[in-house]
Amino acid sequence: MNILDLSTNLQTYLVIAALLFGIGIYGMVQRQTFIGMLISAELILSGASLNFMAFNRFLAPDPTVGQIFTLFIMAIAAAEAAIALSIIIAVYRNYKSIDTEDVMDLQG
Amino acid sequence: MISLFSVEGLSGLLFLAFIGVTLAGALIATSARSLIRSVAGLALCFLGVAGLYYYLNSPFVALMQILIYVGAICVTIIFAVMLAESSELKQVTRRNVLVGPLAFLVSGILVFGLAALALKTEWRPASCLVNRGTVEDLGQSLLTTYSMSFELISVVLLVAVVGSLVLARAGRDK
Repeated sequence: MNILDLSTNLQTYLVIAALLFGIGIYGMVQRQTFIGMLISAELILSGASLNFMAFNRFLAPDPTVGQIFTLFIMAIAAAEAAIALSIIIAVYRNYKSIDTEDVMDLQG
Repeated sequence: MISLFSVEGLSGLLFLAFIGVTLAGALIATSARSLIRSVAGLALCFLGVAGLYYYLNSPFVALMQILIYVGAICVTIIFAVMLAESSELKQVTRRNVLVGPLAFLVSGILVFGLAALALKTEWRPASCLVNRGTVEDLGQSLLTTYSMSFELISVVLLVAVVGSLVLARAGRDK
């Protein structure tokens, strides 16, 4: 298999999407601020979208389905980012911090 | 064997560059110390993903990726970073030193499993294509087959806008 021929290969996209997903999971566990976790969540979503687009291009009988699904994922991601950021702002106003360690009132 | 200086060779090289940009951006986004740098890495990663979408025969989705993710979501996150200043000056206290290695282990296992699944499965292409997936087909099916979901997603966005306004306004006078 030629390395310059990778773009016509379904497996390439699937492996890149898996890597994006894994990097997102790593950041989600390891990050300590809410905004860092939100950034990792966006990475996970884009890994999922890339999977949809790859299957859409190579396997789907109707090549518009995956594109429309990806557009909907983008809209959901925008809504999610807006809500999450306003929650972060509200938390910052009450706790003066966006660190996950500081917001532990319910831990008991 | 494709020559490096043919059209296919150059396009393959550009594809490799997009892969590199995507993965480098993702790594910067998760491992940079300061939040602003992570957001910049996220924007870089989204640009790379838009390039990959272009190679997947969907220039419209690539354009939307740049417009929505890089133009809207990254800018919104930057605004939030500016409003709630990052605690990078504060000494980071880890509750457990095992968190980093464990996160690496878990994500490594996930990536390995997903990649093995992608490489081992024998994918079968569709026997026939209903349409060619151009922008015209996309617009037609968005306004016929998927018109209900299209309307619902606009309601979701409206609710999200109102909800985030309510959440961010409460307690503003404190």
